[in-house]
Amino acid sequence: MSQLTVNGIRVDDTFAEAFGMRATALTITAHNAAWARQAAVTMTGFATSVIGCGCEAGIDCVLNPDETPDGRPGVRVLLFAVSTSELQKQLQNRVGQCVLTSPGSACYAGLEAEERLKLGNALRFFGDGWQVSKRFGDKRYWRVPVMDGEFVCDATTGLSRTAVGGGNIIVMGTTAQTTLAATELAVEAIGTVPNVIMPFPGGIARSGSKIGSKYKGVTASTNDAYCPTLKGSGNSALDADIASVLEIVIDGLSSDAVAAAMRAGVGAILALGPERGAVRIGAGNYGGKLGSHHYHLKDLLP
Amino acid sequence: MRALVFTLRAVPAQRLDLAPLKPDQLLGLSEGKIAATELQTTRERLCAGDVFKIRMGDATQIRFDGGSERFDHIGAGMSQGEISIDGDVGNQAGRLMRGGRLAVAGNAGPWAASGMTGGTLAISGHVGERLGGPLSGETVGMRGGVVVVRGDAGARAGDRMRRGMIIVEGKAGIHAGSRMIAGTLIVRGRTGRLPGYLMSRGTIVTLDGSDALSPTFADSGVHEFVTNILMASYVQAYSPEIAVMLRRPWRRLLGDMAVIGKGEIFCPPVTN
Repeated sequence: MSQLTVNGIRVDDTFAEAFGMRATALTITAHNAAWARQAAVTMTGFATSVIGCGCEAGIDCVLNPDETPDGRPGVRVLLFAVSTSELQKQLQNRVGQCVLTSPGSACYAGLEAEERLKLGNALRFFGDGWQVSKRFGDKRYWRVPVMDGEFVCDATTGLSRTAVGGGNIIVMGTTAQTTLAATELAVEAIGTVPNVIMPFPGGIARSGSKIGSKYKGVTASTNDAYCPTLKGSGNSALDADIASVLEIVIDGLSSDAVAAAMRAGVGAILALGPERGAVRIGAGNYGGKLGSHHYHLKDLLP
Repeated sequence: MRALVFTLRAVPAQRLDLAPLKPDQLLGLSEGKIAATELQTTRERLCAGDVFKIRMGDATQIRFDGGSERFDHIGAGMSQGEISIDGDVGNQAGRLMRGGRLAVAGNAGPWAASGMTGGTLAISGHVGERLGGPLSGETVGMRGGVVVVRGDAGARAGDRMRRGMIIVEGKAGIHAGSRMIAGTLIVRGRTGRLPGYLMSRGTIVTLDGSDALSPTFADSGVHEFVTNILMASYVQAYSPEIAVMLRRPWRRLLGDMAVIGKGEIFCPPVTN
């Protein structure tokens, strides 16, 4: 594979291939920032990949009290799924089981769009007849009595059909420590970009996958070309000096947001340099035939 | 563009139906046609030109210089633009209003905002009884929009209200929010006897308490409500002082248990 070298780091002349997805956003608030975060973390747990979790979800940003509808500390979370019906199901189950149950929580639409998903309209039945609808202007809320007061929730939230899932950066280094250091730095940089999430643990996936498997019925399997312990097996994409590979997967509410996130991540890795960080950067794709969004690394260099 | 101005020539000899003098009906009309608009409520014909001196202007910005308690139905059915009255108005101001803004600098009579579904009605003075309420034979009162009364409201403000918000910065008469179906009624001053009489759903906020509460309301204690913070944010644009007060803890009373009891009254923590 042809490569560029920037600041001593090899950059593959390749692209990340991403897919159109359905997405929504929520603002979760609570008495304090810790409990708002707790509700968000619980709700976005087990949401690393649509392959096995039904959706991909994560925290977009922390919100100050003056940025939330009820003036309390909050967190904005994003959810992505492959279909509107699956997104609706995941939204309802996750808010119902993880946010409604969290002390002092309230949940609001985090995305304004013409198309809507049911939020409080689906959860209100927990109130068993004691729920109350309240409309202020064009906003409609549901108030559901719970044991610590009331769970307040927007009736609906916005649906985006132009979201993108699967932007990615493959980070390759000579040791596990330097590779992780470079990837952590990239995750931190991407964390400052609005409207994107990195759904894997801490934003990082160590088990990147390829489509399909030798086993019947298995839809995804290990990306053996990037496994350093398989170097020499004949199918490896890794150079002799690569001993560790990590991947950052990025979902965004728009293609521009994903591109901005990848640019921030690549920039952070390149700035760190090869001695303390990665020696090579790549990206995952499927030959360009499956996903409609292509992010070429050479276009994302600082 | 300057406003279309109606200047009162003299106190009218009969009650007037001013419903036709709204942006929806005057847009595109010539001065002659506007002057010929009939306003009488008796057999004696009376046109706009007889009652007012007319200065042509933007028909979406209508101004009345001078008011009268004989000005009935002002802004009735309006859906756009703004009407401002430099004085009092009579019955049913903003009746069935659907949008736009109606501003009354003086007092308003009974049934203001009756059946209103949208827009904003601002009354700087006092308002008569049954603010937002239905007329005889109707089953539902106000169904949307916002009403702000800087003075006092008469009896049964918000009667059979279904949606929207009424803010009374002064006092309210007896039976405020009677037979409420939904919506929000906020009273800054003292509320008369038995607020929420036979209300089924909806919210009444009596910031200064009431003269007497019905025993058919159940006390559910003093709480901090997230909903009230949301309400305060919405009210901020209309009444900043009330918005500040709403953010405090309030006592919640559930009722009216004489009917289905799904309504609520927020009142001061120490009832008086």
